[in-house]
Amino acid sequence: MAKVLMKGNEVIAEAAVQANCKYYFGYPITPQSELVAYMAKRLPEVGGLFLQAESEVAAINMVYGAAAAGVRVMTSSSSPGISLKQEGISYMVGSELPAVVVNVVRGGPGLGTIQPAQSDYFQAVKGGGHGDYQIPVLAPATLQEIVDLMQDAFDIADKYRTPVYLLGDGMLGQMMEPVEFKERPAIELPEKDWAATGTRGDGGPRIVNSLRLDPADLEEHNNHLQAKYKKILENEVRYENYMTDDADYILVAYGTVSRIAKNALQKARSKGIKVGMIRPISLWPFPEKAFHETRDKVKGYLTVEMSAGQMVEDVRLCVEGHAPVHFYGRTGGMVPSQEEILKKIVEMAGGEL
Amino acid sequence: MEIVFEKTKGLTDTPTHYCPGCTHGIIHRLVAEVLEEMDVLEDAVGVASVGCSVLSYEYFNTDMVQAAHGRAPAVATGIKRVLPNNRIVYTYQGDGDLASIGMAEIVHAAARGEKITVIFVNNAIYGMTGGQMAPTSLLGQKTATSPFGRDINVQGAPIRISELLSTLDGAAYIERVSSHDVPNIIKAKKAIRKAFETQKQGLGFSLVEILSTCPTNWGLDPNESLDWVKEAMVPVYPLGVYKDITKEEK
Repeated sequence: MAKVLMKGNEVIAEAAVQANCKYYFGYPITPQSELVAYMAKRLPEVGGLFLQAESEVAAINMVYGAAAAGVRVMTSSSSPGISLKQEGISYMVGSELPAVVVNVVRGGPGLGTIQPAQSDYFQAVKGGGHGDYQIPVLAPATLQEIVDLMQDAFDIADKYRTPVYLLGDGMLGQMMEPVEFKERPAIELPEKDWAATGTRGDGGPRIVNSLRLDPADLEEHNNHLQAKYKKILENEVRYENYMTDDADYILVAYGTVSRIAKNALQKARSKGIKVGMIRPISLWPFPEKAFHETRDKVKGYLTVEMSAGQMVEDVRLCVEGHAPVHFYGRTGGMVPSQEEILKKIVEMAGGEL
Repeated sequence: MEIVFEKTKGLTDTPTHYCPGCTHGIIHRLVAEVLEEMDVLEDAVGVASVGCSVLSYEYFNTDMVQAAHGRAPAVATGIKRVLPNNRIVYTYQGDGDLASIGMAEIVHAAARGEKITVIFVNNAIYGMTGGQMAPTSLLGQKTATSPFGRDINVQGAPIRISELLSTLDGAAYIERVSSHDVPNIIKAKKAIRKAFETQKQGLGFSLVEILSTCPTNWGLDPNESLDWVKEAMVPVYPLGVYKDITKEEK
């Protein structure tokens, strides 16, 4: 298929359709409203269903119902709406229901702004709702990468029976880039022999449920979830190493910020500072190995985020004091510039611009 | 020997946790019998709510999905919309769940004309959490959170769900019945049957509100509780059909 020029939010939607997701429940919120509108028009064309819910709370619970009935389903929102969905996401984790939840992150807290941010990192990778759980989080940096990761997102959801986040930001949602939708063979996935579809012919009642009143029973269920997370940690880590082989310093950035950081990296290289970059693609599971392999060779790391410093905590947990970890962030919808990042790199290297 | 009575196949053998004198057990049986008589037990998916009926997923002999507090109509929407048309999807919700935290979900499910059936059990109190005031508690009713009696100037007046939902065009069948004596229980079963038939025919949203007892949290014995439904609740919640589009069309 030839390349087409599309807007980020529409790419997210079309990528989901290409990943054979035919059901979408959502609620409008800026800066992801184009995604909702695209689904409204597109899903009837593939014999699917789009339904606008009365709230984000209702939308995630419709997703819960559809996932319980065994279909591939997704919802999307932006930060304040994702906060509202946390209850339903926690229930889906408890009931082990697969779905993809897209967060086109905007600045917070509160109603905040409609400008891009990465300030929902903690919410996405540290649980978000109530209970002991993790959600796999994929963070694309380009529109093409959205296409490439969406199928993975649904496959991970189905394979491990878990909600999966696709984490973007307002910039990714609003930008336009050429993308190519490539046919990808479906991977073999377990049969959904747990889905509640009516019992005719399947041998008896199935129950989709997250209530376990007996503490021993609930602990066993938690142990089962933790064992599943261990498998995800083993199998689903994704990251990009960029010019890290000879690097004295390493930038750490994800999503759209990584693109700005990459430009700053080139400028720093032209000044003779050997900088590389680790770009986590899966934010959970976090790419520990990339840090374990570099932490004794480099003089320092610089984490750049559109937040007050969230992913940097995971970087420090991986570096474990083997090298200094610096941070540069902008908040409130402000985007770090190449020049600002370059200045920080030069400072880290002990020089002057 | 001729079998004169059998337990409905619509219920599992699991003993219920309901208190003595509570009419949840009767209402469970009515729903189960209707599903069996319509021969849709194998096509039905039930949605359990939060409150005393949370464990209904262990009692109904159909596929069951447990929903978050108040969200059962949204969960049922998701199930009904993605499964083949012949599936019967129902929710079983109490008054705290449906009329308080779940008010948005029930109103919009009715407004969209979701082809689901809602069994709404109204006992004017929160049972599972220990007898707190519900949106359906009567004026003057003493509860754990209205110890001096529900006061219209403080907590407002009770919400009448059947009347409220019957104003919506998407609602196809809405009836309020009671479980306080045998004639009313027989009427309740007919209403439940009619509601499920409404769904089966694809006519729209259906809901049966069933006035029910809570002896434990009302502080009354089972007989006194049945009397309280008849004498105190029925005057505030008049019984009858509030919406029936099959009649309106005639």
